[in-house]
Amino acid sequence: MTSLVIEARGLRRDFAISKRIGRFRRQRSVVTAVDGIDLQIEAGEMLGYLGPNGAGKSTTIKMFTGVLRPTAGHLRVCGLVPVTQRRQLARQIGVVFGQRSQLWWDLPLRDSFELARHIWRVPPADHAARLARFVRELDLSFLDTPVRQLSLGQRMRAELTIALLHGPRVVFLDEPTIGLDVLSKQAVRAFLTELRDRGDTTVVLTTHDLSDIERLCRRLVVIDHGRVVHDGTLESLHARYGSRRAVVATLEEPLAEPVRLPGVDLVQSSADGRVLTFSLDGSRTPAGQLVATLAALGSLRDISIAEPAIEDVIARLYAGTA
Amino acid sequence: MAYRASFAIDLAVNAFVPLLDVATVIVLFQVTPDIGGFGADEVLVMFGLSALCFALADVAVGQIEKIRIFVRTGLMDAVLARPLSALGQLLCADLPLRKVSRVAVAFVILVVAVARAPIELTPARLALLIVAPVAGAVLFGAIFVATATVAFWWIDSGEFANALTYGGRDFTSFPVTVYGRVFRYLFAYGLGFAFVSYYPTLALLGRSDPLGAPAVLAWSSPVVAVPAALVASVIWRFGVRRYRSTGS
Repeated sequence: MTSLVIEARGLRRDFAISKRIGRFRRQRSVVTAVDGIDLQIEAGEMLGYLGPNGAGKSTTIKMFTGVLRPTAGHLRVCGLVPVTQRRQLARQIGVVFGQRSQLWWDLPLRDSFELARHIWRVPPADHAARLARFVRELDLSFLDTPVRQLSLGQRMRAELTIALLHGPRVVFLDEPTIGLDVLSKQAVRAFLTELRDRGDTTVVLTTHDLSDIERLCRRLVVIDHGRVVHDGTLESLHARYGSRRAVVATLEEPLAEPVRLPGVDLVQSSADGRVLTFSLDGSRTPAGQLVATLAALGSLRDISIAEPAIEDVIARLYAGTA
Repeated sequence: MAYRASFAIDLAVNAFVPLLDVATVIVLFQVTPDIGGFGADEVLVMFGLSALCFALADVAVGQIEKIRIFVRTGLMDAVLARPLSALGQLLCADLPLRKVSRVAVAFVILVVAVARAPIELTPARLALLIVAPVAGAVLFGAIFVATATVAFWWIDSGEFANALTYGGRDFTSFPVTVYGRVFRYLFAYGLGFAFVSYYPTLALLGRSDPLGAPAVLAWSSPVVAVPAALVASVIWRFGVRRYRSTGS
C-alpha cells in the first residue's frame, strides 16, 4: 500500500489545431501541450507547480481533475482514473480555478456553501465544523453578500472555502493569488500554511508568484514545453542552476589590489571604487572567505549579502529550455 | 421570481406563439380542403401532438442549447469538477418556467383537435394519447441533446441544432406525405420524426398509411424513443470526452 495520491507516468495531451490557409483550405496540425510527464505526489505534500504561460500547467491540472482526457500515459488520482471515474474522483478532490468561479454568481455566499453541502453530500455536522473553521481562518465576514458583489480578494477566499468544504484528500489550486493585493495574498498564504501544517490535505499549487512557492512549498516541479525540467527542493534548484549571491561591500578607501578568488566576479564598482558589488558562487568560495579577504585587503565599513532571487533562477531556467 | 411583471409578459408571449402557428394551419385550409391527403381536423391532431411533444421536451431539456456557452467560455471546467452528472447540471442550470405556458396551450390545442376529429376513443387509443406525447418528447429531447453536443466538436455550431429541433417541430406539424422523397426519408425515417405525430395520429384516426407502412408502426413510437435516447446519451458521452477546455 503506497501513500501516493497522484501517480502520472508518461502523461501526454495533444491538441489538434486547425489553421486557415487561404479562403477554404485548412491545415491541421497537432500541438503537444503536455509531453510525457512523470510525477508522483505523496499524501500530505504541498507541491508548487510552476511554468511559463503555455507550459502545460493548466492542462496537467485539468487532466488530474478529470476535465480533460489524456492522449496517452498512465494516470491515477486517489487511485482512480480521472475521466472515467470523474464523479467518484470529484468527491475526493477540490479545485480552485483562479480564473473561473465555482460559486453561484447570483446567490449569497452562504447559499453557495449550502448548495455545495448537498452536491458533495457532506454530513451537516462536518459541514458546520469546517465552515466555522474557514470563516475564522479566512475571515469570511461577507457570508450574506451575493457572490457577484464580492471583491476579488473576498471571492478568492470564498473559492478556497468551497473547494475545501467537503474535506477533499487533494486540492488543486490553479493560480489562487492571481490579481490579489498584498493583504489578500498574505491572508491566502497564511491559510495555506495552516492547511499544509495540518498535513491531511495534499495540495498542488500552480502560480506565477514565486514568493507563494518560496513560502509554502518544500517541493517544486517546474515544467516547460510540456516536460518536467526540475523536480526537487528550492535549494536543489539553486544549486543546479548555479545561483549566485550578490555581495555588496562598502570600503573606507578603494582596494589597493583586486580580489582574486575562484567563483567571485566583480560586477560593479562605484563611488570611486569604494562600493563594490560581487557575484558569488557559494559552492566555490564561501561568503565568509570573501569577507575575510576584503577585510585583509582594505578597511571594510559595511557588507550586505543578498540571497539569489528565485525569479532569476526561473527566468534563466525558462530561457535555457526555450 | 424576482421580476414578476416581466415573467407574466414572458408567459403570455410564450402562450401566444403556438396560437399563431395554429392560425397558420387554419389559413392554409381556407385555400385547400386537404393537405397530403388529410383534412383540417386530422392535421390539427398532428399539429397539437407535435406542439405538445416539442413543448415538453423544450421545458425538460431545452436548456442544453446553453452548452455552446459552457464550451466556448470553459465554464464546463467547473461543471466537470462537481460530483454530479454533467448533463444533469446543464439541464438544471435554469428552470424555464416561462415555457410551461406553451405546454398548456399545446395541450389545449390537442384536446380540442381530438374532440373535433373523427376519433373513436377506445381504451387503446386513450392510452396512446398519453404515451405518444411522452415518447415524442423523449425523441425530441434526444434530438436536442444530440445536436447540442455538436458544440464539443464544432464551437461555432450556431444554428445547426436549431435546424433539427425547431425544424423537426415544423416537420412533424404536417403529415409526412406532403414532403419530397429525400426530405421524407431523411427526417421522417432517418431521424425518426414520423414517430412523433404522424404514426400516432394514424393510429388515433384508425387510418392506414397512404405510403403503405404496416399498421403496427402506428403504435411503435415508444419503441423508437428509447433507442433514440440511448443514442443521444452515447453521443453526449463522446462529446464530453472531446471537451478541450480553454487556455487559462
